[in-house]
Amino acid sequence: MSSPSSSGGSGNRSFPPPILLKIFNIIFTLVLTLLGLTAVTFIIGRVMPVDPVVAIVGDRASKEVYDAMFLELGLDKSILEQYFIFLKKTLHGDFGKSIGTARPVLDDLLHFFPATLELATIATFLGILFGVPMGVIAAVKQGKWIDHVVRVIGLFGYSVPIFWLALVGLLVFYARLEWLPGPGRIEVYYDGIVDPITGVILIDSAWQGEWEVFENAFSHLILPSLMLATFALAYIARMTRSFMLDQLSQEYVLTARVKGLSELSVIWRHAFRNVLVQLITIIGLTYASLLEGSVLTETVFSWPGIGQYITSSLFNADMNAVIGGTVVVGICFVGINMISDFLYKMVDPRTR
Amino acid sequence: MNLGLKKKFKKIALFAGIAFAVSQLGPVVNSVQAATPKNTLVIAKNISDIITLDPAEVFEFTAGELIANIYDRVMMFEPENLTKLVGGVAESYSISADGKTVTLKIRPGQKFHSGNPVSAEDVVYSLQRVIHLNKTPVFIFTQFGWSKENVSEVIKLVDSSTVELTIKSDLSAAILLNSLQAGIGSVVDKKLVMSHEKDGDMGYDWLKNHSAGSGAFSLKVWKANELVTLEANPDYRHGAPKLKRLVMQHVAEASAQRLLLEKGDIDIARNLPPDQAAGLKGNSDIAVDFFPKATLVYLAANREDKFVGHPKVQEALRYLVDYEGMTSSFLKGQYKIHQAFWPSGLWGSLEDTPFSLNVAKAKALLAEAGYADGFKVSIDTLTRDPFGQIAQSIQQTLGQAGIEAEIILSEGKTLWPKYRARKHQLIVAIWGPDYVDPHSNADSFAHNPDNRFESKLTGKLAWRNAWSDAAVNKMTEQASAEVDVSKRTEIYLALQKSLQQDSPFSVLFQENELTARRANVKGLVSGANFDLVFYRNTSK
Repeated sequence: MSSPSSSGGSGNRSFPPPILLKIFNIIFTLVLTLLGLTAVTFIIGRVMPVDPVVAIVGDRASKEVYDAMFLELGLDKSILEQYFIFLKKTLHGDFGKSIGTARPVLDDLLHFFPATLELATIATFLGILFGVPMGVIAAVKQGKWIDHVVRVIGLFGYSVPIFWLALVGLLVFYARLEWLPGPGRIEVYYDGIVDPITGVILIDSAWQGEWEVFENAFSHLILPSLMLATFALAYIARMTRSFMLDQLSQEYVLTARVKGLSELSVIWRHAFRNVLVQLITIIGLTYASLLEGSVLTETVFSWPGIGQYITSSLFNADMNAVIGGTVVVGICFVGINMISDFLYKMVDPRTR
Repeated sequence: MNLGLKKKFKKIALFAGIAFAVSQLGPVVNSVQAATPKNTLVIAKNISDIITLDPAEVFEFTAGELIANIYDRVMMFEPENLTKLVGGVAESYSISADGKTVTLKIRPGQKFHSGNPVSAEDVVYSLQRVIHLNKTPVFIFTQFGWSKENVSEVIKLVDSSTVELTIKSDLSAAILLNSLQAGIGSVVDKKLVMSHEKDGDMGYDWLKNHSAGSGAFSLKVWKANELVTLEANPDYRHGAPKLKRLVMQHVAEASAQRLLLEKGDIDIARNLPPDQAAGLKGNSDIAVDFFPKATLVYLAANREDKFVGHPKVQEALRYLVDYEGMTSSFLKGQYKIHQAFWPSGLWGSLEDTPFSLNVAKAKALLAEAGYADGFKVSIDTLTRDPFGQIAQSIQQTLGQAGIEAEIILSEGKTLWPKYRARKHQLIVAIWGPDYVDPHSNADSFAHNPDNRFESKLTGKLAWRNAWSDAAVNKMTEQASAEVDVSKRTEIYLALQKSLQQDSPFSVLFQENELTARRANVKGLVSGANFDLVFYRNTSK
């Protein structure tokens, strides 16, 4: 018979310590995810009916040139062998060279990812800032005009193609009203003034005191981030509303009201706190999807981000770049998941 | 004022206040520059096709035009006269009596952007480098019998200002001189390039995104999928370019290019389809130019195919295309009818257009071939406009003769491997010459000395369509060995006629490239071949 104390109850003193276990867990998840991701991407890349050799040498290359490139890419080896060679190189921090940019893939990722990060972070932030209160208010005023407005906005933001919205945004704010600049991350004449330290232009320019560049970059960011934010906002508002409706119909809310608590306190301190966990999940997913999936917005705004990079690399059969990009997106997903996990524990003691 | 009214008034005042604040926000965040800087030419273009800027490797449209502005070539076309081949880095040349040796005299006093003098040694190095690196365009040189083994003997330094080139194949010196005008004829700065050599790569890794030329511009930066910046070379031998800087900005979306042009944030838009350009009509700030290009759109039929491989069927196909219908509708302005393999506007081109839609005649030819009831076939083509539309039109006219066609749209990366493996039936594709000499196209459309699959002459269109004709091969070889221009022209005309009558090819259209610019931009030069675009005389 085992007593409660001997059955491992003294968690504080167990070996290995839980923090190490947790770190091990995180690393294990990350490694497993990345292994799976690279393996699948690698195999898809090799079985696609696209010829990576032709992608490099073009369609007019002679047999000799073709064969030389075929060997250079190591395509004469088996897929398994190629994959192991790739893994070995990756472990040394070498993702290979991109066909499309003639640069090491790692350099490309460090260049393109911050552009997307900048955009997606601001969009998600705006989405939370406006989406959460909108959703809460809509739920509280269910059936009133404000609820209808929020629902229409939600439907609009979620169903209108972002591609179209971006073009209309350009047409109105850039072409007609002339309030905002056109496509691009920065005016071409400002290019190269700021040294890329973090890759996030706003931070780099502020750091180096180039306020003119900062202002220009900031004004370029407004429109695309607003467009992306509509998507984030719509989704977050819709989900917040439905989570809140669910909570507001619970008995504890009724009890709180009967106890005579103020409406504000009922809504924000009781009902809202209970939707936080679900909300964090939704926000995490939205952020992750903006990080990897803003290809169309990036295309319309000529934004040199990771979405455009992965897409154009796919079209170019540039598998080194595609795998590199996939790994970054994978790390983002795992990272955001971990942050969400951590936040759950902060807001909900039951999950600790 | 009663309370209700007061509340309403407050609300209205609040809305007015917000509206005012928003309207004031505009100018605050407004950092839109009304026009591009005076000394900089800003061009919007889809530049995702650039994969290298090393002249020994460049074979893509955008990069081809960029290196034409960065490097002087051994022989050149100058923007002042796009039809006259003149010496570039070479000041003059002479051809030996047997026509097999070309001696180049290097123009004295030229300097690279680095300040190094341009010498005969650089010319020898640049040409030999093409052979050693063995990249896609190398075939333009290897056709002269040049190889890694004999390169030091066929490309020889005679003295500090003389280079001797020896032809080891049957090709004439005339073709060699025309080949030296191609991108691989660019002269690179040996000293500079070799200072960046790694593991014996002849600076290949470095030159992909740097420049080492003596042309009108030097490369400042290439950021893939973002921009390319060129800087004027103030010491250029024809004088400094009119503008200090050239920025080619990557804008993939045509409608975004149009907006930028209308707002004056760019000077030139290079990828506007006709519908976008039509929207610019009536805008006096913008002008639209059409430049005739050497790019051809053709329909080809695989000779190995059971149905479309029949010569009579291939003849019938030429009568089953609605040439007029297409050029008067969706191709209007952008393409014109051209039916021979060497584009019009260049010497030696056959201007006849004997074919038009004639279903009755086609049906008779099909019956002769034994396919009076038609058959099923697939048409491969590219996803981008206007290829899908062309294929649809052909699908419809084929249907009138009882041929049921299925269209397969693919990206080039998928389509070319299929084409190079002879796995197509019908294909609608595009072709532009590699250098300005009819041999460039004749060699691909007409010449196929070994039709076996194992010979893998994949660069040749005749081979890809499994077609080889002994008489046609002979004519092509004759033309390429001939030195006399009028005799060559005669043979090429006959050759084009012959291919119109019997070959797997129906050449359909020739491109007119649309370029939209701000009205104040002057002096843009765009010649027939893809890399004959010059910016040094452009001003604004």
